[in-house]
Amino acid sequence: MRQAANAPVRGLKVGRVGWSLISLLALVGVWELAALIAQSRYLPDPMTVVGVMVREARAGELWGNIAATLTRVAFSFVVAMFIGSAIGLALGRYPLADRFFDAWLIFFLNLPALVIIVLCYIWFGLTEVAAITAVAVNKIPNVAVTMREGARSLSKDLNEMAFIYRFGWWRTLRHVTLPQLAPFFAASARSGLALVWKIVLVVEAFGRSNGVGHQLNIAFQLFDVPMILSYALAFIVVVQIIEMAILQPLIARANKWRR
Amino acid sequence: MASVSRPLSVRIDKKSFPAVGERPANLVLKNVSFQVEPGSFVIITGPSGGGKSTMLNIVAGLDKDYEGEVDFGDGGPTQRLAFVFQSPRLLPWRTVYENIALALPPGDPRLANIPEMLKRVGLTEAANAYPEMISLGMQRRVALARAFVLEPDLLLMDEPFVSLDDPTAQGLRELLVELWSRRPTTVLFVTHDRAEAVMLGTRILRLSPGPATIAQDVPVRLSVADRSDREKVRAEQRRIFGEA
Repeated sequence: MRQAANAPVRGLKVGRVGWSLISLLALVGVWELAALIAQSRYLPDPMTVVGVMVREARAGELWGNIAATLTRVAFSFVVAMFIGSAIGLALGRYPLADRFFDAWLIFFLNLPALVIIVLCYIWFGLTEVAAITAVAVNKIPNVAVTMREGARSLSKDLNEMAFIYRFGWWRTLRHVTLPQLAPFFAASARSGLALVWKIVLVVEAFGRSNGVGHQLNIAFQLFDVPMILSYALAFIVVVQIIEMAILQPLIARANKWRR
Repeated sequence: MASVSRPLSVRIDKKSFPAVGERPANLVLKNVSFQVEPGSFVIITGPSGGGKSTMLNIVAGLDKDYEGEVDFGDGGPTQRLAFVFQSPRLLPWRTVYENIALALPPGDPRLANIPEMLKRVGLTEAANAYPEMISLGMQRRVALARAFVLEPDLLLMDEPFVSLDDPTAQGLRELLVELWSRRPTTVLFVTHDRAEAVMLGTRILRLSPGPATIAQDVPVRLSVADRSDREKVRAEQRRIFGEA
């Protein structure tokens, strides 16, 4: 018999947060045990990693690098969402354009991230613009595909209603079109953020002199595993905070009209 | 100051839908022509799929692919038009109040009439509810309120009371009569319900099977009081439509 997520465990009621805590603690336990058995400097125990994290944070290195990475994430995310949405909406609305550019979309969807990154650096030099362009170009096709679905599913009925009641283009966009696209936008924002985080690190490792990706690259060259793990952990925490504090409330707010 | 007001005049020489895939081209309306005196309540009825809704869409300007002309008469292009559709067509992500308010331009003085309108259609309590949280009957009342708050010169209605149970539909018809008698406006009302046609209309246009032309154009000889009398409505229905 399987237990429901909030079923009482030995008379104790465990909530969702409780289960997450138990699960995470177990993971830390497994890690601790593995480190104990391995007794290698390439597999530090959790306390060592936390110690490195605290040291890096005190020196200001950690936050500076995370901030640099977050800035790149923010820029490339906004650029990718904006351009990807524009392309997706255009393709969803004009069947001729869709037929013509569909093959292009498939080409860019299947172009490996690494190829885009390397080419951007070769063509535009080792610059910030090249870095952000590389990340955005990786993400744009995914956004475009999702938003194209959204544009295809726009209600003709509601558009006619907006025409009859003389909404004009701005009110139509704000009250009719955008709310219909919101779920598609949210979906591509969520999956987009997950992708952008990862690609930004690669871009930084290849051609930037700060950021989490750059630090990981240095740590890799020194085989400094505690450093690698401390940056990874700090980064996961920041990403989760952004997801829970910004993205989820936004999505909940956009969905409050649903039954 | 024109002393004689020019009526709404509809002339559709030809309306057909192009062939799609296996389905051949379909000629739905042919030589349909009529005029509507201001303030009259005109019922358009006929076989289903017979072009009634198409005609309404043409008058509304939603369908421009036809041969003919729609002349709004004195109102001209400035005239205010409202449309109550077969489904309520409310914005699910806007509240009842917002759905009604959006039919008016921002800052319009008629916005002040919305609370009164909500009261009249019995939706004061639901003003801040979202459409998916209220019943279909209530949603249709919102659609009525949205149309009437505009104080339209021409009101188009496309089977606005279908898929409701009888008492609810009857309640909405009475509400419509009340709203309309408070502020008479020209109405084109599509329905296939003969009792509804007689109860609401001042004139009935019957379309023939396709390609539709006007088969019958008769006035309804009932006073306002007669319309709530079931026997008189039934007698008039027999007179117009023959034995049902």
